[in-house]
Amino acid sequence: MTLKLGIFYLLAAFTVWAAAVVVLGKNIVRAAVALIFTFCGVAALYVLLDAEFLAAVQVLIYVGGITILLLFAIMLTSRISSATARVINDQVVLSAVAAAGLLVGLIYAATQGIAALSGPPRLPETTRFLGRALLTTYALPFEVVSILLLAAMVGAIVLARKE
Amino acid sequence: MIPLNHYLILGAVLFSLGVFGALTRRNAIAILMSIELMLNAVSLNFIAFARYLPQTLLQGQVFAIFIITIAAAEAAVGLAIVLGLYRNFKTVNVDEINLMKW
Repeated sequence: MTLKLGIFYLLAAFTVWAAAVVVLGKNIVRAAVALIFTFCGVAALYVLLDAEFLAAVQVLIYVGGITILLLFAIMLTSRISSATARVINDQVVLSAVAAAGLLVGLIYAATQGIAALSGPPRLPETTRFLGRALLTTYALPFEVVSILLLAAMVGAIVLARKE
Repeated sequence: MIPLNHYLILGAVLFSLGVFGALTRRNAIAILMSIELMLNAVSLNFIAFARYLPQTLLQGQVFAIFIITIAAAEAAVGLAIVLGLYRNFKTVNVDEINLMKW
């Protein structure tokens, strides 16, 4: 067991534990904080996968933007009396079966065929590569995503303002 | 060296946890959090493939950038909708929001 494999197992266990708290946690603020830990765990896994730029983007956007937005929404829509309410609805058994079936299918697919890949070449510095790719080959999706963000911003403001 | 299917299995576990959360949680914001979990699992898969498969343009990482962007836009709009829901129904539990006749 090399050091890298040990670090991977540690990060994987941390991320899965945090995701379990997100999905099963009774207190929704605790679930949001566990979501922050999940995002940080995934960012650490990106660093392990030589995707440093994406790890930084993940922390900036997900932790710094989306979870703050989620916490705002939680604080604006919470009720003090719902501390002891149920968090899981009536379709627990069915969705547990569905999720377990999906997991079995995905693990089966993950262990077929490409399991032999283990010695990849080292990637060049990704930031410069990504910047060049986003402005040359992927310029159209880049611009379209900018328009999407504009539309989402305007839509969110219109939907959320007080009438 | 870490074999590729370790990352794929981790992505699968995170994704099915997200599916379970999106199907069972009552709070609408918790459902949105489970959806973010699913998107993260998919991004992890893409970046694992970008690392382990020979890709001339790092397509996996570019796709992951777009996934992060779209997840941000979707979270913003989704939470605006949840706020509107709270204003009209005074609750964010999705099984209490029912305008159907039966």
